[in-house]
Amino acid sequence: MHWVGASAIICMILSGWAIYNAAPSLPFAFPRWMTLGGWLGAGIAWHISAMWVLFVDGLAYLAYGLLSGHFRRDLRPTGPRALLHDIGAALTFRLDHQLGHYNAVQRLLYTGVIVVICLAVLTGLSIWKPVQLGWLTGVFGGFPVARAIHLTMMFCIVGFLALHLTLVALFPRTLVSMIAPLEAEEGS
Amino acid sequence: MSDDPAVSRAEIAPELARLARRGLLRRGLTLGSLGLLTGCDLSTHSGIDAALWAMLRFNDRVQEALFSKRRLAETYPASAITKSFRFNAYYAVWQVRPVPDNWRLAVAGRVADRTPWPLARLRALPQQSQITRHICIEGWSQIGQWSGVPLHVFLRHIGADLRARYVAFTCFDGYFTSIDMASALQPQTILALDFNWQPLTPEWGAPVRLRIPVKLGFKSAKNLQSIEVTNHNPGGYWENQGYNWFSGV
Repeated sequence: MHWVGASAIICMILSGWAIYNAAPSLPFAFPRWMTLGGWLGAGIAWHISAMWVLFVDGLAYLAYGLLSGHFRRDLRPTGPRALLHDIGAALTFRLDHQLGHYNAVQRLLYTGVIVVICLAVLTGLSIWKPVQLGWLTGVFGGFPVARAIHLTMMFCIVGFLALHLTLVALFPRTLVSMIAPLEAEEGS
Repeated sequence: MSDDPAVSRAEIAPELARLARRGLLRRGLTLGSLGLLTGCDLSTHSGIDAALWAMLRFNDRVQEALFSKRRLAETYPASAITKSFRFNAYYAVWQVRPVPDNWRLAVAGRVADRTPWPLARLRALPQQSQITRHICIEGWSQIGQWSGVPLHVFLRHIGADLRARYVAFTCFDGYFTSIDMASALQPQTILALDFNWQPLTPEWGAPVRLRIPVKLGFKSAKNLQSIEVTNHNPGGYWENQGYNWFSGV
């Protein structure tokens, strides 16, 4: 589920850059080679294709997270004290990394990125269908504001990815458990 | 026989690590293949481009299902109108063509009366004014005022087959596009004659343009030459290159 969703999100980001480049609302454009599709029409084709993968995978993940207790057990943010403690520990490289257990920093980051992705999807729907889903566009403050939020969510996801990949690179054994799920570290 | 497993975890640990590395390698290749995918832009004959085109057609059907004639585009007060409205076409503003002499709006296809329409006759039909948001497929949007003949009124006047599937528009600047009948009959879809309370000038689509706020901007064809009611999807200038055909908003 994680890898399908991750691939879909990367496709959404790269094709989104192709769409953004057609009319940049910020004073820069993404290099064409970094985009998926290369031009507006193909970027949209990629965007609405990956959209379905993300949609199905995302709904399945949310259902799993809620029904299995994964969200309640593993991701529910802890209090500010535990968070401050774990951030301090993380910055001094003393944070314990137990597989299968989510520390306060992880809880905050993962919960945050789930919320951000949901907002990206909802603002995306609201700028795809500002008339048929006009109520949703209204919730986000109208078409131009919803578009700006959509772009902001993209930057948040890119920021999360950068941090997430850095942390995985620092603790590569977590990656092994993501690929070949071992019984959490028994006897080691 | 004891209950001990046939192999201990320690014995197979190296094999497990190897499997994990193999998985990692495969993920890496998947990411690398993204690099190849970026070359797929709807213009090649690759399987991926064929899949993208199939997704565009699927998306047309989803959008058609989401569409309701009763849902209206938001309207705005005159104070919201965008100052210095942006010119947009598939060519630069200096290439705008003047209205041909003896211009008439031609009517074709599944219609009872094919008599061409001079501008004065269009002016004599009931008019509707709207201040709506023009949303470009590129992402920018701006608000303007248009008024003219509701397309459903015009289609009834020419005795169009309202059960036909498409309405096609061709323009004397070489542009062409088409829309579904349901969107054509939506009450805010108009054949605009005025823009910001002035008769259309050539760069804004003179003498008549389509103004359809339930579609992306490129569907609002300017400088109309003819309208055809048909059951065969006529495509469009941008649609044939890969813009989503339905492009409803």
